[in-house]
Amino acid sequence: MNGVRVLVGTKKGAFILTSDGKRQKWDVSGPHFGGWEMYHLKASPADPNRIYASQSTGWFGQLLQRSNDGGKTWEPVGNKFVYDGEPGTHTWYDGTPHPWEFKRVWHLEPSLNDPDVVYAGVEDAALFRTTDGGQSWHELPGLRNHGTGSKWQPGAGGLCLHTILLDPIQRDRMFIAISAAGAFRTDDGGKSWQAINQGLRSEYIPDPTAEVGHCVHRIAMHRSKPDVLFMQKHWDVMRTDNAGASWREVSGNLPSDFGFVIDVHAHEPETIYVVPIKSDSEHYPPDGKLRVYRSRTGGDEWEALTTGLPQSDCYVNVLRDAMAIDSLDECGVYFGTTGGQVYGSADAGDTWAPIVRDLPAVLSVEVQTLR
Amino acid sequence: MIKVVLPAHLQNLARVGAEVEVRVAGPVTQRTVLDALEAAYPMLSGTIRDHTTLRRRPFVRFFACEEDLSNLSIDAALPEAVATGKEPLLIIGAIAGG
Repeated sequence: MNGVRVLVGTKKGAFILTSDGKRQKWDVSGPHFGGWEMYHLKASPADPNRIYASQSTGWFGQLLQRSNDGGKTWEPVGNKFVYDGEPGTHTWYDGTPHPWEFKRVWHLEPSLNDPDVVYAGVEDAALFRTTDGGQSWHELPGLRNHGTGSKWQPGAGGLCLHTILLDPIQRDRMFIAISAAGAFRTDDGGKSWQAINQGLRSEYIPDPTAEVGHCVHRIAMHRSKPDVLFMQKHWDVMRTDNAGASWREVSGNLPSDFGFVIDVHAHEPETIYVVPIKSDSEHYPPDGKLRVYRSRTGGDEWEALTTGLPQSDCYVNVLRDAMAIDSLDECGVYFGTTGGQVYGSADAGDTWAPIVRDLPAVLSVEVQTLR
Repeated sequence: MIKVVLPAHLQNLARVGAEVEVRVAGPVTQRTVLDALEAAYPMLSGTIRDHTTLRRRPFVRFFACEEDLSNLSIDAALPEAVATGKEPLLIIGAIAGG
């Protein structure tokens, strides 16, 4: 029987929401790891029972958890993240050199075909990989050392590598994004990297079209068209049709082009979703209305999706890893808010309903389609 | 045996009660006690002190015999009452944040 499993990371624990293919009735389990910040949970596409979770606190640091039974039980795995070689420096907020210091794992991206291989995006920004199911982690230093690393500067949330996209066709190709450095691509499995930020324009940095320094919040891909990427930048929604060689703005008629999340419909590669946020100084929806915007044209033309979402007095945020889309025939869309609601739509965004309303602030949402 | 009291989050992580006992051969210091603790409960590695530098995490404190031992050298001898197992070494999460 078809079903879905939504993995929710919050400021105070993880929650697992499960439903059948109708996605009307939900079971909620959790909190798992109550009291800990759960930045991200993600399951292996190669083994749906294998789930990895990033667990941390300011007191006790970073832990990684692994489940082999779909989240029923967990075991801690390796949590040693050491930069390769002499770490060197990046640029601090005030422009001075600052040593690289590991703080936490923001994002976990399991391999498409091997449940023991996982990539981890960390703060201060670097890419790590495990090939033994999380027991040991090793940096792919080519990214941090590719030439611009010393210029990378943290955004308000830290110098974080928060997005990892694995190309399902060219298996050695991978895209990552860093706040506030930009987007990067490797074509050789992570040995060498290039910045792919041409076409981005960021008025808040000294050179608005610099090679690096852009605060990319999220990038998304449809697996059938991996050369087409969609980006929610700090300000501006962007797309590339050539794997990042150049970007163009597709913000169109959005009420605000600031935001964090962006994602792609499971079956329509030109249908994309964002949640506009009023501004970088306010971090809540325009006019107190929580609206998902959908474009069926790959950007530029957007429609507001409001049915079932609060349309007054709503001042939550939707963080960058907090939207996910299942791949059932009529695809489901899910997002979580800093107010602790997880909303779901079983009809590709036309109508919405809260799955849960009162969780801690949601940091991340992922969904597994179970067949 | 050396008695060590863990904060609640680390009890849950190690799946133990508030107090555990570890065996230390030789001098009883922060380093040797934590070495023994991490050997017995590997999941605690990195949660109390840094993996590489062995420096205490900033929001973790060590107390014993009504003394704050947090800033002692990691190789300084712990109080006799800890070394003989009469008093526990208390590992405390600092009261900070919300």
